[in-house]
Amino acid sequence: MALVNFIVILLAGGVLAGLSERINPTLPRRVSLAVILLDLVYLLSVYSGLDGASAQAPQGNWLLYFHHTWIARFGINIELAMDGLSFLMSALTLVLGAIAVVSSWNEIARQQGFFQANILWTLAGVLGVFLALDLFLFFLFWEVMLVPMYLLIAIWGHEDKAYASMKFFIFTQVSGLLMLLSILVLVNLHHSATGSYSFSYFDLLNTPLQPSTAGWVMLGFFIAFLVKLPGFPVHTWLPDAHTQAPTAGSVILAGILLKTGAYGLIRFTVSLFPAASMAFAPIAMALGAAGVIYGAVLAFAQTDFKRLVAYSSISHMGFVLLGVFAWNSLAIQGAIMQMVAHGFSTAALFMIAGALQQRLHTRDMRQMGGLWARMPRMGAMTMFFVVASLGLPGLGNFVAEFLVLLGLFKVDPVLCAIAALGLITAAIYSLMLLQKSFQGEPGPDRQIKDFGWLEMGTMAVMVIGLIWLGIYPQPVLDIAANSSFGSSVMEVATASLVK
Amino acid sequence: MDNVFLQHLWLIPLLPLASATLLIITGGRLPNVTVSLLGVGSVGLSALVVLGAALAYRGEPVHLILWTWMQVGDFAPKIAFYMDGLTLVMMSVITGVGFLIHLYSAEFMGEDTDYSRYFAYMNLFVAAMLILVMADNLLLLYLGWEGVGLCSYLLVGFWYKDPANGLAARKAFVVTRVGDTAMALGLFLLFTQLGTLEIQPLMAAADSQWQSGALMPVLATALLLGGAVGKSAQLPLHTWLPDAMAGPTPVSALIHAATMVTAGVYLVARTHGLFLLAPQVMLAVALVGLLTLLLAAFAALNQNDIKRILAYSTISQIGYMFLALGVGAWSAGIFHLMTHAFFKALLFLGAGAIIHCLHHEHDIFKMGGLYKRLPVPFWSFLIGAAALAALPFTAGFYSKDPILLTAWTLPQVGPWLWAGALLGALLTAVYSFRLVFIVFFGDANTEPDRQPGWRMSGPLLLLCILSIVGGHFALPLASVLPDRHSEHPAAVVEWISIATPLLGLLLAYLIYHSGALSMSGLTESATGKQLRQFWFKGWQIDALYDALFVNPFKGLAALLRHEPVDVIYNGLVRISQRLHAVLIAMQNGQLRRYATSMIFGVILLVALVLLIATEPVAPEITGAP
Repeated sequence: MALVNFIVILLAGGVLAGLSERINPTLPRRVSLAVILLDLVYLLSVYSGLDGASAQAPQGNWLLYFHHTWIARFGINIELAMDGLSFLMSALTLVLGAIAVVSSWNEIARQQGFFQANILWTLAGVLGVFLALDLFLFFLFWEVMLVPMYLLIAIWGHEDKAYASMKFFIFTQVSGLLMLLSILVLVNLHHSATGSYSFSYFDLLNTPLQPSTAGWVMLGFFIAFLVKLPGFPVHTWLPDAHTQAPTAGSVILAGILLKTGAYGLIRFTVSLFPAASMAFAPIAMALGAAGVIYGAVLAFAQTDFKRLVAYSSISHMGFVLLGVFAWNSLAIQGAIMQMVAHGFSTAALFMIAGALQQRLHTRDMRQMGGLWARMPRMGAMTMFFVVASLGLPGLGNFVAEFLVLLGLFKVDPVLCAIAALGLITAAIYSLMLLQKSFQGEPGPDRQIKDFGWLEMGTMAVMVIGLIWLGIYPQPVLDIAANSSFGSSVMEVATASLVK
Repeated sequence: MDNVFLQHLWLIPLLPLASATLLIITGGRLPNVTVSLLGVGSVGLSALVVLGAALAYRGEPVHLILWTWMQVGDFAPKIAFYMDGLTLVMMSVITGVGFLIHLYSAEFMGEDTDYSRYFAYMNLFVAAMLILVMADNLLLLYLGWEGVGLCSYLLVGFWYKDPANGLAARKAFVVTRVGDTAMALGLFLLFTQLGTLEIQPLMAAADSQWQSGALMPVLATALLLGGAVGKSAQLPLHTWLPDAMAGPTPVSALIHAATMVTAGVYLVARTHGLFLLAPQVMLAVALVGLLTLLLAAFAALNQNDIKRILAYSTISQIGYMFLALGVGAWSAGIFHLMTHAFFKALLFLGAGAIIHCLHHEHDIFKMGGLYKRLPVPFWSFLIGAAALAALPFTAGFYSKDPILLTAWTLPQVGPWLWAGALLGALLTAVYSFRLVFIVFFGDANTEPDRQPGWRMSGPLLLLCILSIVGGHFALPLASVLPDRHSEHPAAVVEWISIATPLLGLLLAYLIYHSGALSMSGLTESATGKQLRQFWFKGWQIDALYDALFVNPFKGLAALLRHEPVDVIYNGLVRISQRLHAVLIAMQNGQLRRYATSMIFGVILLVALVLLIATEPVAPEITGAP
């Protein structure tokens, strides 16, 4: 039941936050933060209360399992489950959700209640995506997280919000449609093989498939998740959406929403179609490496602070794609680590971008420079996260990228060398970002407020998180290893190595 | 292991790290006195622990495991320290010279508004460098490796308000990262092939599994060498170091002369077991060293900026260390690393004192006649230059001489390497004393406005002593590094090696002081001028790289700036907009149009039926109920 509660708390909290605006316009953000923190504490307490015994799931190693019949005729159920991976992603969602609320603390002037409601509903959708194991339900949550996100950009976004939000919506919708088709095809194949309808992950996991059919259905799932990741060449919605979204929207988009794509690849694409995915792996990995380089080059070409960070996300997500399809435990652990570490580092950079825009009313780096002298605290934070993002050892992102590349090297040393160029290009664009905004000749003297206590406190959470991930990542690696995709993926991985 | 210092080896990097953390968190709110106490004191304490460890060291390597960094399958690197004779030498140099430079900085940077930030970065650097040399595995070494790269970046760009400094800092980081990436690939290869990154087991595994000269050891060591030439500013990745002089002078002394740039030398020496399995790469190391030392010496001879001269001389001297490693004179290479740390720190700090007392003047032709006006820097410089030139009885002599002699004994290429290194030694002496004669003798061009205080003079004095007696230190390297044993070269070779630097001194005297030997005929000719300009620009290698890498990259970025992939999606949008326009045209509300299009539609349908529905269709229609 706890699994349902995690999601319901956020959904109900959204309504509450929306209504609370009638009492006081500054109340919604407090309600919102309280709801998210409550949910986080609840999640952590449930998790720590688990005594390691696996839940009664049909197969695999799950921590929690919930099953309730919904539409019996089509085999649709409310089926939720949590393993190490989904716990990590859920915790990340709530932590970054709280950070997102803080990051837009003073940014939103109108309809604060509805704004916070949309944030909470988006988070609820994301949590549902991470927990649902009935594919129909999964698709439902996939759409639930999309609509409020669209509203966040369309209503509270910046100058080009209409274009950006529409682009975001259409890309995600089209890919969602592709996924729905694939789900239906898969369910039908399952029906013709077994004679019964089922949307359950556990049933579909064992669907006998012809290699050619499996290839096409896998491709449907792959493209849907690739758009979300986003991978090259279906990434073009992201720079616009990130740039135009309000700060909280960017934080959620980059920190959490992109991870649903990565999660989907691991949980569904690879797990449901191991053989087909393996055959497809060279292409997927090539796309990953292309994304790493392409994102980095375009990041370097930007003059807009937020757009640069957005392209750097594309580059970093390329490593996730590489890790997932490199098919071994090193690389997959690296990919999961990258999801967490990138969540923190990028969320922080977007928060800084938002703070800069609020203070300077521009995101154009050509109009910045020398800001360190006026805002040393913000400068120091920018430096830290820029350095994290370029993969300095001792911080989480390095562990992630190193594991991915090490795993990839075993599979394809040449591709690994190409992807490793991303380490150099990351240094180029990251340092350029720092230098153009915070270093150089200070502009005309004027009063700019540095980060205050609330912002520094939020930053400190992410700083400590990244250092912890960088020097003692074992707890996270252990949690991730305790996932049920592990067995199926690893079997195929070892099989491929033997071959 | 029961010794208290050996048990607490982790304190050595932790003390400066803690101080750096504290300074960063307090963010400049501490008074300067407290900052100095923390910044200088932490390194001093760390040096004391090193001293304690050195006294307790009995020739047995000390292995201290703190925790497992990460574990995925059999990939389980640890946060663990390993101390043997080589580590001890490196730790002593880093904390000893580092402490002196920190003390010096307390005065040199005293008036800077970012005093606290300066010491935070310096402490962080010392901590990272200590982790680099103390790591028991290559991944932790890589952490220190990149850590020192970051600190170098931060300190080169310390005066961030000048964009030129920022550019130099970025160049330093990016160029060395090219090498770092090669090194990372080397780590992947080593782990994939040998199953561990822990240095001692790694060398043992390589020794038992790899044939000498086979592809794997050659590939692995070549990749490690890529990292080493990046960090140690050797060809072809040396271009960042002259520009790195943009940072405060004590930074140049500590990072870009005495310690960090020798990390590559340390890496090669540390993994000597791998390099011994790849004789081809060993030869490459020697050749890289030789080419770099000559190239940098020519460049040094033609600079006017006092710090750039010293920067090129650093590149050149590290070339000697690489040469030593390449010919298998491992201990000689490390010995030269140590003496070079002494005399180069001395020279840089001396240069810093001159710059400090001379209104931030860098141009040696605007100095002159300073030997009476600035006596402390003068004597420092004189001793430093003598050691740099390897004049007899200086520390530099005792460390450089074995390199030359071992190079000679290498079969086949040995005499050539020796001759090249000898030419380098001649040039070194010439440019070192060119500096001395131009700066301290001749006419005075700028009056100093102050004298260095005790915190600057004290370290200079100590480094003077070290630059003289340092040649007599006995390093505990015999148990770590397997030196190549060979017969002693003929006495004449030895005498030539000793006499060459003296010849260089004489030449410098005749050209730059007495004027008895005029080079103007040579230097003022058209070719001479061009050549001097060519060398002044560091052999135009920057321009070459701009053309080969920087500009194409910028061009690519400019080409892609507007997201070419979006063209496809925008095309889809345009197609649907066209279709939309067509459909809109149909909905115009005119009844006549609708009637017309209906009639045309009916005709079209009938025509279609007539065309398509031939014989076979008819029975079916009639067959319907």
